Amino acid sequence: MVDAQYFGDGLTYLNPSDLRGKLIAIEGTDGVGRSTHIEMLQEWLEVQGYGVVTTGWTRSNLMSKTIEMAKEGNILDRWSFSLLYATDFADRLEHEIIPALRSGFIVLADRYIYTAFARDLVRSGNRQWVRDVFGFALIPDLVCYMRIDIETLVLRVIETKGMNFWESGMDLRLGNDLYDSFKKYQSLLIEEFDKMTEEFHFEVIDARKSPDEIQAELRAKIQPLLATNLRSMKLPSDHHTQPAPST
Amino acid sequence: MSEQLPKPPHPYPGKLITVEGIDGSGKSTQLLLLHKWLESKGHRVFFTEWNSSELVKDTTKRGKKNKSLTPTTFSLLHATDFASRLYHEILPPLKAGMIVLADRYMYTAFARDVVRGVSPEWIRKLYSFAITPDMAFYYRVPIEVAISRLLGGTRGQLKYYEAGMDMNLAQDVTESFRIFQSNILAQYEKIVDEYQLITMDATKDIEAQQNEMRQLVGEALKEYKPRRGTHGRRTVFWRRFDVPKPE
Repeated sequence: MVDAQYFGDGLTYLNPSDLRGKLIAIEGTDGVGRSTHIEMLQEWLEVQGYGVVTTGWTRSNLMSKTIEMAKEGNILDRWSFSLLYATDFADRLEHEIIPALRSGFIVLADRYIYTAFARDLVRSGNRQWVRDVFGFALIPDLVCYMRIDIETLVLRVIETKGMNFWESGMDLRLGNDLYDSFKKYQSLLIEEFDKMTEEFHFEVIDARKSPDEIQAELRAKIQPLLATNLRSMKLPSDHHTQPAPST
Repeated sequence: MSEQLPKPPHPYPGKLITVEGIDGSGKSTQLLLLHKWLESKGHRVFFTEWNSSELVKDTTKRGKKNKSLTPTTFSLLHATDFASRLYHEILPPLKAGMIVLADRYMYTAFARDVVRGVSPEWIRKLYSFAITPDMAFYYRVPIEVAISRLLGGTRGQLKYYEAGMDMNLAQDVTESFRIFQSNILAQYEKIVDEYQLITMDATKDIEAQQNEMRQLVGEALKEYKPRRGTHGRRTVFWRRFDVPKPE
């Protein structure tokens, strides 16, 4: 990301121009298989000699506990809901993502700001505010959107981990029970992800396919990025060395 | 900034009164005295304070302790605290027709967070969900007066973050405080014009300042009729249900 850019009003105290790595976001609704595929991608990249750092939604040192507490207490208002995620994201951006990119790592992000956009839209019906809030985010080099239809998703989630309160958007009281609510909530999220696909140039991956096929598609999308990564190296002598040792 | 239109007044029957100023300006003392006066007049008053919500207080404390807060996460945590208090502490009493007193409001973030390094445009968009206070006081004080009050008076020492010690402005705490809070004063001067804050001369005697504040508030509350005067209610209640004393 030689000419890295902020999404909106950026971090005025942090110039993003010297970021040598690549930022790849994997987006998609709950239970679509993002984390499994990110693990496989990491393995694939590391075998090729690329340094990889993964970062996941709500996993920051600063906020993970706070968000857990807030969700347990079930007391979130719409603004705090999005602001807690924004704080978590900012902490990871400044302490994990940007330092890794500066050192030439490939950063695989499990969810990105688009998740926050979709969730906030469903709760507020307003797109502008949450986008302003996340203005400090870096625009990723690539966003892969793992797309699934609601019927397939419902079956898959029931078969695997089951439905939980927040993934069902129970705070919104969209349905009478977990099942109805999950279906309505996730349908709204998928609808919004679909709308954002064009606006933010997502690469759409059909997540109904078999894991092998999905993984192959993801790799095909990422491959061209790796070539430009090598080309864009500032020193010609770097052509013979790999970007960075893995962690 | 200029593109932002002034927000219309809030539609609620209650009144929101806020105070601003740097540390040592005496604003909290003034608000406390106003609180006493309003209560003595029979008003129902609710008090709320900057950075006090249970949800984020511990997180801020933790972040400060291990010094991992960045200007952006610092700012977002305070916005989360504010959002949570707006939703749980400020809006309900306003809707119920009460008087809400807020020690610091969004203007604190506009002044302090910008000095810490976030974009002035971004911080204003971040707080765009806030409602406009009915009265917003700004206690203007020269930096030397604030320092001598804090050192000589009630607290005896300057706090680490109040002095902006995390920003490496100066080795000496007092010098750091002077630089940091002077920058904040400069930001407040811009905000006073931008949001038409009521400027008070905080160098005057406490009683003189309080008299002035009471006059202004009294004037502003002329048309205000508390929805439920508790004193009235209580007398009615006792008149109707008083049990005759046995002879």
